[in-house]
Amino acid sequence: MKAAVITFPGSNCDRDLAVAFEAAGFDVARVWHKDTDLPQGIDVVGIPGGFSFGDYLRCGAIAANSPICRSVVAHAEAGGFVLGICNGFQVLCETGLLPGVLMRNAGLKFVCRNVGLTVASAESAFTSGYAQGDELVIPVAHHDGNYNVDPEGLAALETEGRVAFRYTDNPNGSMSDIAGVLSDNRRVLGMMPHPERAVDAKHGGTDGRAMFAGLAEALVSA
Amino acid sequence: MKVRVDVMLKQGVLDPQGEAVKSALGALGFGGVEGVRQGKVIELDLAEGTTEADVKAMCEKLLANTVIESYAIHM
Repeated sequence: MKAAVITFPGSNCDRDLAVAFEAAGFDVARVWHKDTDLPQGIDVVGIPGGFSFGDYLRCGAIAANSPICRSVVAHAEAGGFVLGICNGFQVLCETGLLPGVLMRNAGLKFVCRNVGLTVASAESAFTSGYAQGDELVIPVAHHDGNYNVDPEGLAALETEGRVAFRYTDNPNGSMSDIAGVLSDNRRVLGMMPHPERAVDAKHGGTDGRAMFAGLAEALVSA
Repeated sequence: MKVRVDVMLKQGVLDPQGEAVKSALGALGFGGVEGVRQGKVIELDLAEGTTEADVKAMCEKLLANTVIESYAIHM
């Protein structure tokens, strides 16, 4: 199993994400944003949190148009897995791989704390290590995590069961308490909370571990 | 050739920064501020011959996120 973790100028969760993939048994390739191609045989691409390009223009907008992102989009369109966390979620929305947009938090403040999540769908490789309705504690750390999508887009997400996670106590004003969404083929997941920061007892919690383990198991059995 | 692009949140999209500015103006004692919307101005210095269609493509591709933002080009 091979994972690639992309680093943009301003990414700051790339190492943590690589460590979380490695702990679940992945070989991890670190990929720089100016690279044009992903290494051969990549199963899943991880787009980490941080402040790519200083959040200039809009969060994720410049990263989404960087050379490597063309290959990430091609990987997703060919049925590959992509996991975008925090700034990675913003990047995936800007590429159009996921619907909607992450706006400034409704309370206008940067929110950095543990939040409660419920698993809204276990029907994806990313969430197969959980059961629907499971409650998790995972950290968030963002200023622009207020998920918005047009009414038709929201209806599609709900009827197709593509909301992966919801907040138990909405920290940022997101529509329908949405914390993470899946693409229509369920192989692209974007989420604001940081599961890679909850994979080791020393992190203070391990509720994120099942995401990486579940993904690994799904890939092995596929 | 200077071109200005105004990028604004679309009508109906909640603008929390505009709301914060509105409430700050109220707190300073300015009465009658019924709404504030905050946007961006982007100035482009373009080679002669660049067309409005080129600028429109720039807006659609990068300068605005048309899911939530509208833009106006001033050539």
